[in-house]
Amino acid sequence: MGIFGKIKNALKKTKDGVALKMRQLFLKNKLGDAFYDELEEILISSDVGVATAEDVVEQVKEEAIGNKVKDEQYVTDLLKDILEDTLNEAPVPEISYPCVIMLVGVNGAGKTTTIGKIANYFVSQKKSVTVAAADTFRAAAIDQLNVWADRAKVRIVKHEEGSDPSAVVFDAVSSAKARNTDVLLIDTAGRLHVKENLMKELSKMDRVVLREYPEAKFYKFLVLDATTGQNAASQARLFNEAVSLDGIVLTKLDGTAKGGFVFSLCGELKIPVVFAGVGEKIDDLVPFDAEEFVEGFF
Amino acid sequence: MALFGSLSERLNHIFSKLTKRGKLTELEIRTAMREVRIALLEADVNIRVAKDFIAAVSEKAVGQEVLQSLNPAQQVIKIVNDELIALMGSGNSKLEVSPKPPTVIMMCGLQGAGKTTMCAKLAVQLKKQGKRPLLVACDIYRPAAIDQLKVVGAKAEAEVFERGTQFPPKTARQGVEYAQKMGFDTVIIDTAGRLHIDEKLMLELEEIKKEVPVTETLLTVDAMTGQDAVNVAETFNARLSITGVILTKLDGDTRGGACLSIKAVTGKPIKFIGVGEKIGDLEPFYPDRMASRILGMGDVLSLIEKAQEAVTEQQMKDMERKMRENSFTLTDYLAQFETLKKMGGAGALMNMLPGAGKLKIKEDDVDEKRLERTKAIILSMTQKERDNPQIINSSRKRRIALGSGTSVQEINALLKQFEQAKELMKRMKGKGRLRLPF
Repeated sequence: MGIFGKIKNALKKTKDGVALKMRQLFLKNKLGDAFYDELEEILISSDVGVATAEDVVEQVKEEAIGNKVKDEQYVTDLLKDILEDTLNEAPVPEISYPCVIMLVGVNGAGKTTTIGKIANYFVSQKKSVTVAAADTFRAAAIDQLNVWADRAKVRIVKHEEGSDPSAVVFDAVSSAKARNTDVLLIDTAGRLHVKENLMKELSKMDRVVLREYPEAKFYKFLVLDATTGQNAASQARLFNEAVSLDGIVLTKLDGTAKGGFVFSLCGELKIPVVFAGVGEKIDDLVPFDAEEFVEGFF
Repeated sequence: MALFGSLSERLNHIFSKLTKRGKLTELEIRTAMREVRIALLEADVNIRVAKDFIAAVSEKAVGQEVLQSLNPAQQVIKIVNDELIALMGSGNSKLEVSPKPPTVIMMCGLQGAGKTTMCAKLAVQLKKQGKRPLLVACDIYRPAAIDQLKVVGAKAEAEVFERGTQFPPKTARQGVEYAQKMGFDTVIIDTAGRLHIDEKLMLELEEIKKEVPVTETLLTVDAMTGQDAVNVAETFNARLSITGVILTKLDGDTRGGACLSIKAVTGKPIKFIGVGEKIGDLEPFYPDRMASRILGMGDVLSLIEKAQEAVTEQQMKDMERKMRENSFTLTDYLAQFETLKKMGGAGALMNMLPGAGKLKIKEDDVDEKRLERTKAIILSMTQKERDNPQIINSSRKRRIALGSGTSVQEINALLKQFEQAKELMKRMKGKGRLRLPF
């Protein structure tokens, strides 16, 4: 399977669920209030969120009534268009080199695994990559990253467990500069966004990169587990306040959850989804594709 | 984030138009339930579960009399709250103990739910009860997972049994045999995180259950999980008949509606909740507190209980006497900080207060590090200085600053703060019954 189709395939499990629900919906309902209520419920059950679901359905309704349509395919297409437009409200940044990419997120979102996969992605693009083990907090996180670095065949900069993560970042930047590395990937410890001390620690790492490596492009991606519910919005908001995010990596899309919260993140916070994690293997990470994602949703 | 404030405000707003009191009418309930539904969905309660719940509650609520002490909005909230508590089970349930040791606990769940950390937390909890737990490493897939278990096991001072990347069911069996031989009374099996739809890995868990007599199969679930929580819980339960649920990462600002969904679809009790990164951060589950949280009411009960745990009756009396006599010293001031720390720190307390999330209390107001510095300053004073702060002149200040690694300015600030606190207490004295600030 090529890169295309991976997101769609990963979404297939829900696709079946939602598509079935949609078909049943069209079978039993005419385009009345009950129909739109159910449409809203389908979106909510994919973690789209109440406000966004209401908003989207309202738009579909207005357009459908305005154009006097009663056609199932038309309504589905309309819905897809609206959702895709919402995703496109936040354009994906063009990556230029040399660059630093720092991954942040709550505990267990999949940051270390994602670093391994992103490293592999850039290696496959013929870029030189260094990873920095700046999660010095979680037990054995450095060992875990080391295994991924070996798999992706990239260099790793690491210190002892418990050392200052900013110091790791500092060393990694020096090393990346000295070797003209195209991409420096920084793994950080998982932290809940409400812990202000830990968020300050993150801002400090952010400042170290800005100060020590101004010539590199610096991207900060929030790693979000697709299984997450409405708390994703709070995570995005607070991480964005701490380090101003450039994008989202949506992980664990191979489960049955679909990460419907991304619509409100793209629409309201204007943070684009950059990569999607679609499996456990090292090449199970693909650049996010809005059209494919929405297609997979229904 | 929609807090209780907003649900309660919204309900109050609806009912303000309906002036007459008496019995709740069907129309009133229906209008109110629309708001309740939004509150539940925003808290990540599964939509199916929310619908059933609301149907059941509406039926009960119609025709109920509005109590004298409450307004209709509060009455609705009370009914909803009571029903939520009823649904999540009464009281908290403890771990089952096998009549024939060792008791075997198997952890399972999705990737990143927090199983490995939870194993160590459980070990600490069991050791507190005088048990001897053995941790068995059966996550052979995630890189360094065994190392991680060893590190957290060492922190918990619990032995870790591992056989490298050997087939997990075999390792589980050998682990239990080892426990029998070495006199461990409890075995905690850490397993790899897996998707509930991963056939091969689900079979592996079933295999472990065939190899060893598992007493407790605990599903570990991230409290931030969304609508999909029902699918995950349903599948794990169908395959492994879980005996309980552990909810992790509740120290965030998630309202944790997933827990209601899980309880509704599996009927299995939530046994523990993880509330922090430290190894002791494990608490029993209380449905009443969770109900408040899902509705966004803040965890006032936990707060009260923590205060009770941290401050004994005697301490309370001493403090009151000192305040009365105005003999409150820096030593007492320090003791208050210690109390605050025992209660989980100012930050943790703030998180439990209703509406605190909305206020967005700034770090500087409750900076834990500042509390530490205050402590260092007071500890660098002589007993005489602590009892009579007025004798602290500039040369003493310099000495204290050196001793505590702080500055004279910080000492001045602390002394001023202390005087203000004393002044405040003097004023409180006139108001009859004295209470501690917390």
